[in-house]
Amino acid sequence: MSALADRDLIRLSASDLAARLADGSVTSVQATQAHLDRIAAVDGAVHAFLHVDAEGALATAADVDARRAAGEPLPTLAGVPIAVKDVLATRGMPTTCGSRILEGWVPPYDATVVSRLRAAGLPILGKTNMDEFAMGSSTEHSAYGPTHNPWDLDRIPGGSGGGSAAAVAAFEAPLAIGTDTGGSIRQPGAVTGTVGVKPTYGGVSRYGLVALASSLDQAGPVTRTVLDAALLHELIGGHDPRDSTSIDAPAPSAVEAAGRTDVAGLRVGVVRELGGEGYQPGVSARFDEVVALLSEAGAEVVEVSCPSFEMALAAYYLILPSEASSNLAKFDAMRYGLRVGPAGVDAPSAEQVMAATREAGFGDEVKRRIILGTYALSSGYYDAYYGSAQKVRTLIARDFDAAFEKVDVLLSPTSPTTAFKLGAKLDDPLSMYLQDVATIPANLAGVPGISVPSGLADEDGLPTGVQVLAPATADARLYHVGAFIERALDERWGHTLLSQAPDLEVAR
Amino acid sequence: MSDPGTSAGITRADVAHLAGLSRIDLTDEELDRLAPQLAVILDSVATVSQVASQDIPPTSHAVPLQNVFREDVVRPGLTPEEALSGAPLVDQQRFAVPRILGEEA
Repeated sequence: MSALADRDLIRLSASDLAARLADGSVTSVQATQAHLDRIAAVDGAVHAFLHVDAEGALATAADVDARRAAGEPLPTLAGVPIAVKDVLATRGMPTTCGSRILEGWVPPYDATVVSRLRAAGLPILGKTNMDEFAMGSSTEHSAYGPTHNPWDLDRIPGGSGGGSAAAVAAFEAPLAIGTDTGGSIRQPGAVTGTVGVKPTYGGVSRYGLVALASSLDQAGPVTRTVLDAALLHELIGGHDPRDSTSIDAPAPSAVEAAGRTDVAGLRVGVVRELGGEGYQPGVSARFDEVVALLSEAGAEVVEVSCPSFEMALAAYYLILPSEASSNLAKFDAMRYGLRVGPAGVDAPSAEQVMAATREAGFGDEVKRRIILGTYALSSGYYDAYYGSAQKVRTLIARDFDAAFEKVDVLLSPTSPTTAFKLGAKLDDPLSMYLQDVATIPANLAGVPGISVPSGLADEDGLPTGVQVLAPATADARLYHVGAFIERALDERWGHTLLSQAPDLEVAR
Repeated sequence: MSDPGTSAGITRADVAHLAGLSRIDLTDEELDRLAPQLAVILDSVATVSQVASQDIPPTSHAVPLQNVFREDVVRPGLTPEEALSGAPLVDQQRFAVPRILGEEA
């Protein structure tokens, strides 16, 4: 292959870049440097990264190049650079979770996902911005300032993983890792015109992932193409003895599924409760087109009803704060992280230091959710709130079971709206929570989901996404249907969606 | 505190009490701001209580969990230096913490 300019190099998909690395037409050092240069040029405006590790990334790249030159067989993605959400522990690199309370904390160990990236020779470019402890849908709750949507820098990139989504959308990285507790991979994917996958709960190890809500959290791929997500999923997925909730089975055959082209006879269910009122017209219009595409290709599309999904948001905002209030109790100023004393107190007690530190170290949204969770778990309120939410969770799982008896996959818009303006919902938490209305049911039931770009909304010209959901452990179906939608739309448009994103002003 | 399911929600005093339980020194300004927001959120999520009296098994976890065992063999852990590397204060290879007993103790 001929030599590529850096401008083109950073626009390659991860699979295309991997092919060029394998045939020797590009080195990992070249590719990694091109992405570091892009970060230097545009991240002042985008702010996808909280930390950039140029030295470490280039050292890994040089090592991979040397091993390849020596004829060593290497994993497919060896040498392809990646960005990692700042909620995964990285040895030798700061891990802040977007919070002041962990400012400058350098973990003495790697998350299993990170260990697998390192073992496969992926240069880690740095850590991406996020809502504090993954609480939010806009990345505005980061203590280090918001990330900006590469399609319109005045708008949110989604959240909590807005940094990872913006990094791949702005061509700062071909791949990123996200985490999804209620939609934090899929919703940023939808509003930035990129691909995001939440695997089946237990499909990817949570070891070394700083927990928000342990029964909901799941790490997954953030990419520009469905095939790239499949390659990354197979790399990070599979059993991990260090996570007791890890599924003891091999990772799904995602890459093979992404190569399937035929959807004839596939049974597709459109979820009645995840559409219509409350969904922006442009989001609904692009969704209807995807449904029509599937029908035209021979899929059997039916409407299915999941009535309990109406209560999913309420159940989620009780279960999540309850688990979070317990998980975040570990930030106590004793063994790591911030420690500040209360003003005007001589020889304060540990308890006083704890309360002063948590006041100084946590932002508004974290405080809101800890207090909400503490309330929901209080004796006298437990049955009505947390107990009821757990019953709703059962009803939602039953709705999924019933739906998947009739259909192979479910379909809905990923997010009810396109990217909104920075600041628009900051003082209205409930309105922010509604961003996750379509993504939350999957987390509550543990089933996998993918968001794939579905086009641009007519009213604002901003990206929209379609979500595909599959039964637990049937993640391969996401890649099959996701790749079909991607291919069919790219053919119709004659280009990828991201090629329509405005060129970012490049700092020199 | 008020009954769940009613629209009275959560008061400023409730929030101050919960902040104490949560070990967060909220300021007066934060109490003024967060208390009404929490009342709105709580009102909205109270819809789940419509299933409170129904006989439905609770789900705490999406995937059925079983205890996981492993062989009791030694494997590498953190060194003392690594374990202490993030500590706010270290004294003689230990975590140094503020006093844990009250003045009167």
